[in-house]
Order: sequence, then structure tokens, then C-alpha cells
Amino acid sequence: MTLAELLISTLKIVGLISVVLPLIAYSVVAERRISAAIQDRVGPNRVGPFGLLQPLADGVKFLLKEDFTPSYVNKVYFWMAPALAMIPSFVVFAVIPFGSMLFGEKMVVADLNVGILFTFAIVSLSVYGIVLAGYASNSKYPFLGGIRSSAQMISYEIAMGMSVIPLFMLTSDPVFFSQGLSESWNQFLMGTSDLNLSRIIAYQSGSFFDWLIFKQPLAFIIFLAAAFAETNRLPFDLPESETELVAGYHTEYSSMKFALFFLGEYAAMIAASSLMVVLFLGGWSLPLWGLDQPADNVFLGLLHIIIFFSKVSLFMVFFIWIRWTLPRFRYDQLMNLGWKRFLPLSLANIIVTAIWLWFKS
Amino acid sequence: MSEVQEYEYSDVTGKVGELTDLQGEKMTLNMGPSHPATHGVLRLILELDGEEITGCDPDIGFLHRGDEKIAENMTYNQFVPYTDRLDYLAPLANNVAYVLAVEKLLGLSDALPQRGQYIRVICCELARISAHLLGIGAFAMDVGAMTVFLHTFTEREKIYNLCESLTGARFTTSYTRIGGVIRDLPEGWVDSLARFLDEVSHAIDEVDKLLTKNKIFVDRSRGVGVISKQMAIDYALTGPNLRGSGVEYDLRKNNPYLIYRDVEFEIPVGSIGDCYDRYLVRMEEMRQSVRILRQCLNQIPGGPVSIQDRKITLPDKSKVLTSMEELIHQFMNVTQGVDAPTGEVYFGHENPKGELGFYIYSKGGGVPYRLKIRSPSFVNLSILPVLMKGHMISDVVAVLGSLDFVMGECDR
Repeated sequence: MTLAELLISTLKIVGLISVVLPLIAYSVVAERRISAAIQDRVGPNRVGPFGLLQPLADGVKFLLKEDFTPSYVNKVYFWMAPALAMIPSFVVFAVIPFGSMLFGEKMVVADLNVGILFTFAIVSLSVYGIVLAGYASNSKYPFLGGIRSSAQMISYEIAMGMSVIPLFMLTSDPVFFSQGLSESWNQFLMGTSDLNLSRIIAYQSGSFFDWLIFKQPLAFIIFLAAAFAETNRLPFDLPESETELVAGYHTEYSSMKFALFFLGEYAAMIAASSLMVVLFLGGWSLPLWGLDQPADNVFLGLLHIIIFFSKVSLFMVFFIWIRWTLPRFRYDQLMNLGWKRFLPLSLANIIVTAIWLWFKS
Repeated sequence: MSEVQEYEYSDVTGKVGELTDLQGEKMTLNMGPSHPATHGVLRLILELDGEEITGCDPDIGFLHRGDEKIAENMTYNQFVPYTDRLDYLAPLANNVAYVLAVEKLLGLSDALPQRGQYIRVICCELARISAHLLGIGAFAMDVGAMTVFLHTFTEREKIYNLCESLTGARFTTSYTRIGGVIRDLPEGWVDSLARFLDEVSHAIDEVDKLLTKNKIFVDRSRGVGVISKQMAIDYALTGPNLRGSGVEYDLRKNNPYLIYRDVEFEIPVGSIGDCYDRYLVRMEEMRQSVRILRQCLNQIPGGPVSIQDRKITLPDKSKVLTSMEELIHQFMNVTQGVDAPTGEVYFGHENPKGELGFYIYSKGGGVPYRLKIRSPSFVNLSILPVLMKGHMISDVVAVLGSLDFVMGECDR
């Protein structure tokens, strides 16, 4: 790796983080404002115009709060857990193509050919933060939260992983990639292989009905539900279910350590939304006005990034909307849903897709 | 003194411990007194096997203020403000229940003018709507649906506004007095109540849309916390919790008081007795309350709101300052209280939470010798240890939410 490559990668990372972090901060504001709208309240509107500086105020508040560590906790794990909960959510962004081309560079930090496998590997890591938090707190409510979350995340990871298999069965179509694509796409995809996330975007270019949400609606629904479960959002927020476990795994946390869990949750939501945008909604592409081709100038490149993050925001709003509308599942119902409904359904989806592909060839 | 002591050998080596280890240890979880789901200061000592509950020991009394003892040291009228603090979600109904008990002691049950009776019924039903709105909202919040809670609270806010213009206080109403109510309905109040009834009907329908057919909500409440008919009767449950189990018992029908004979309404009953049935019963009771209120607004006659006997109710303030007779009545009424005959009396009132009963033992004079409050929340909570067994932690909050108790009333 040359110095130039290193520099470019660093720039991409900094650029991505500088978009994602404010996005996290403002999704908290969005959550509060949207929930207020849903609940017929006003929401935070005092800090700055329309309450837009609220994240700053929140951040300062978290920093200034007493960072209290109970005497009975396992200090090493107790300190490690918040970081472990947050880092994986950020690492996932490494392989997500958040734009097409900008200044002749692909807008993805690491253009891995095992993109989807990498995301699943990293997403699984985030469970450690939560389990450790529950374990290290040495207290009963966090402990229960930790147990719930480990069971929940492992269960839904399987359904999630299974649900995307049909997508890659469809997109590993050699005929499509040798004939069906334009010259710019072929150039863009040079040197990529089947599991690369750019390929799945290429597959969805063309028209709206090429989007995999229409081709694989079942996979989308399973993935969506599993994403809710993975990010511990209502109706699957059992690990922290407020009315049962007080605050679940982060009951004993305060100050910035709590904020890290909080940020981690939103980062995970954004990561999951990004993944869904890439897998099902055509990523940065839009099948209008030729926006489904890799960009050849700066304007289009920026436009693609904007399209990508707008789609992500749509999912974020959906996440928030669901949270304030639905009640919460019970632990056993959640497990039933994961193992008895989603897993068989996703397996069936794989088989049906396989049969369909077999007939087609 | 030499005695051979037998040692259980396996015990010494700790093998028994190993065996219990194989079976798994049970965890004791202390839920409350300060916990988001226990609605106040109920403490549950739960014995858990994983997520499943194998034992539940409710610990109450954190809000004990000795209301019953306090009652022995004051005149009957002075105790009215204390009844506000029993079921603090329906203070108006408590006020009515208490004065009805005292009036029964005084033998004045039918002496109250019609208008006063109608006003009291309006108070009771308004309180019922208010309490059920909160009960359903809190239940929904316990199972995770935050929004319902805030929507029902918006409606309760309107009830508080009505209370404010009616009684001068939003929360601690202290509206009734022995022999009537403290003041007549304010001008325009009937219209604002009618307006509120339309709004609340709409809100109830909205809650209905949010919850009744919601798959997750139904899953969380159907078949959870089932109280059979016999169990409900055995544990002396009352109110919606009893009716949810399918027992058609409502004091407004079974032992009509005030003008409940003159209004039409139905008693909703459940079939299975689970959390969902209790929820449905509460929803329907709110609709019936709206129906009763509408009838009351149509039928309410004019006339005085209190008994005109000055030995019982206070005379007009303007007359007190000008006429000797009224001054004496005022003085005696305030310092000595209403002179009650000796005797014992019990009056059960259909409060939002169930039968709120006052048992008064009087040895004459203006002060009760003993006042016992039969609080529905206390009795309803007695079923918890049997009800909780075999459920999961998440069900605890659903059951607690559906039993809809108030600790202020339970601990008294």
C-alpha cells in the first residue's frame, strides 16, 4: 500500500465518520421530534433554531455528568463494554458503498470482495459489548438484559444471514454481469467478485422493479425484522426493556459510558439501514435521469452520496416510527418468531429461489 | 451427657450443594419499590428460574400514611380531603364514596336533592373515565406502547381542567361534603363537559385502533394472567378485574345508589379473565360512562345541590355574618362536626378500581370511633402470588398493568 492509497483511505474514513457522527446525533433529535409529533407533544425546540443544537447540549450534558462506577463491578469489563458495543457499528461502514465515484475513487472505504460476510462477522461482535455490560455490572437487571440480548442477537443473526442468501443467489448471475451492464458499470465492477456489495447495487440498476425489495420481498421483511432485533429497537428491545428490566444491560452505566451505548445503538441503526439500502433499495443508485450509472463527474458523485444518505434517513424515520407505535414482544414470543417463523421462511425462500433459478437456466 | 451426634455425611462434604447446582439455582429478583412498572411503590420479591417466575411475594406498605387512624381524630367532613389521596387517580369518586358512607350512617341516603345526586354521579363517572384512561395507558406502556399512554394523558388533562373549574383543584378535589357537594356546577360547565364527551369518545376509538387488534398487544395479553371465575370470587376481586373474569357484579346495578337506577347502562364482562379481557372491560366501561354522563347531562334537574338541613350542611356564608341562627349552625358544624348516631355502617361504592368500601363505627358525636377502608387495590393485589407463578418476567408487567392498582389506596 502506497502512501497515496493510505492517505485516500484515511480521507474516506474521516469523511465517512464526519457524515455518520452528525447523522447519529441528528437521528437522536429526529427520534425525539418525531416521537413528539406521534405523541402529540412538542419535543425539544429550545436549543438553537428548531432545537437543532440539541445534540450539542446532550453531548455536553453527558460529558459533565458524574462518571460513576459502582464498587461491585468488574472494572476492566465494565469499561470495555461500552466501547465494544459501539465500535462494531462503525466498522460495518467500512464495506458499505455510500457513493459511486468521486474524484476517480470508489466511495467505499474497503472494497472487499467478501463484503457481506464481513458485515455479518462484525455485526455479530456487537453482542459482546452488551453481554459484557450485563456481566460486568454484577447486578441482576443488567444480567437479565445481557442474557436476553445474547440469545436474541444470536437467534436473529441466523435468520438475517439466511435471508440475504437468495439475494446473492440472484446477483451471482454471470450472464447479467457479462452482458446486461453498461460500459461504465463494467469498468466500475472491474476486479470484484460475487459477494462484493457494489455488485448488488449494479444488479439493482435499471428500473425500480429491479430493486431487490420487489424481487425478494420476503427476504426484505425478514431482514428488516432481524435488523430491528439486532439493533435492540422496539418491538424487539427486550435487552433494555424499560418497564421490565429498568434499563437492561446499561442500568449501571452513567455519563459518557452510557452515551457510548446510546451512540452505539443509533450507529447500529444507521449501519443496519445502510445495509438495507444497499441490499434492497439499490444503494446510491436511482433509476431516474441516468442516476443508476456510476458517476463520471463530481456533481453526480456527490448526488449519489446524498441519495444514499436520504435513503438511509428514510429507514431511520421508519425505525423511529415503529418504535413509538408498537408494543414489545415477550421473550419467548421473540424466540418463537426468530426460530419458528423467520428461520424456516428464509430457508424456504432460499429453496424457492434456487428452484426458480434452476428453471430459468 | 454424652450423646452421639449423627452427621449427614454427604452434607459435610457439600454434596447436597453439588446436587442443587445440577438442578440450577433460583434467582431472587427484587422488583420495586422503585421500578418503572410497579406504578408507585409496590415491591415484588420474585423467585426466578431463568425468565420464569416460580414465586412471587408482594411487599406493600411503602405508602402507608395511617389514613384510618387519622380519621379517628377529626370530624367527618374533615376527612374528605384525605379520601382524595386514596385512589389518587379518581379523587372525585373517593369523595363521593366516603360521604355516601357517612350519609348512610346519618340515615340520609335518600335525603339528598336530585341535582346533588346527579352531580355526584357525574363526578363518579368522570373519575371512572379518568382512572381507566390512565389504567389502559399505563398497561399499554408496560407492554411497550408508549404512545397510547401520552394520548390518554391528553384526555386526562381535559378532565383535570374540568375538575379545576368544578372544584377549584385539579388533583385533590375534596368536592363533596356530608349532605351534598361544596358548590353547584359552574356556568358553562355542562357545555364543556358535553364537548369533552365527544372528544373522549374519539380518543377511546383511537386507543381502540392502536391496541385492540394489534397483534403484538394481543399476544402479550391474551392468555396471560388468567383469573378464573371462581378464583376471582375466592380472592374477593372487585371492579373490572372481577368483571373481566366473567362475573357480572357491579354495585351500580346490584346495589344501586344515587340515581344509577334512572340511567341506562350496561355492565361489560369478559369471558376468560386474562389481561386482554380486563383491558376490553375497561374500554367498554369508559364508553358506558360516557353514555351515563350524556344521560345525566340531559336529565339533570335544577334545585339545590345539598340538603338544606343546617345541622348537616353549612349555611350560606352571607347569612352567617348577619344572622345569629346561621352563625350558631356554622360554628357547631365546623367545631363539633355533624352529630352522628351510634352504630355501625358499611357502604360499598363502585369505584373505578373496584369496590371502595367505608366501614364506620360510630359511638356518637362528630368523630368516628373507627373507620375502616376496604380498598379495592389492596384486595385485588392479594391474588398476585398465585397469579404470577409460571409466567415470565415480561408478563409481570402486563399482569400488574392489567390489574390496574394504585398504591395510595392499597397502603392507605
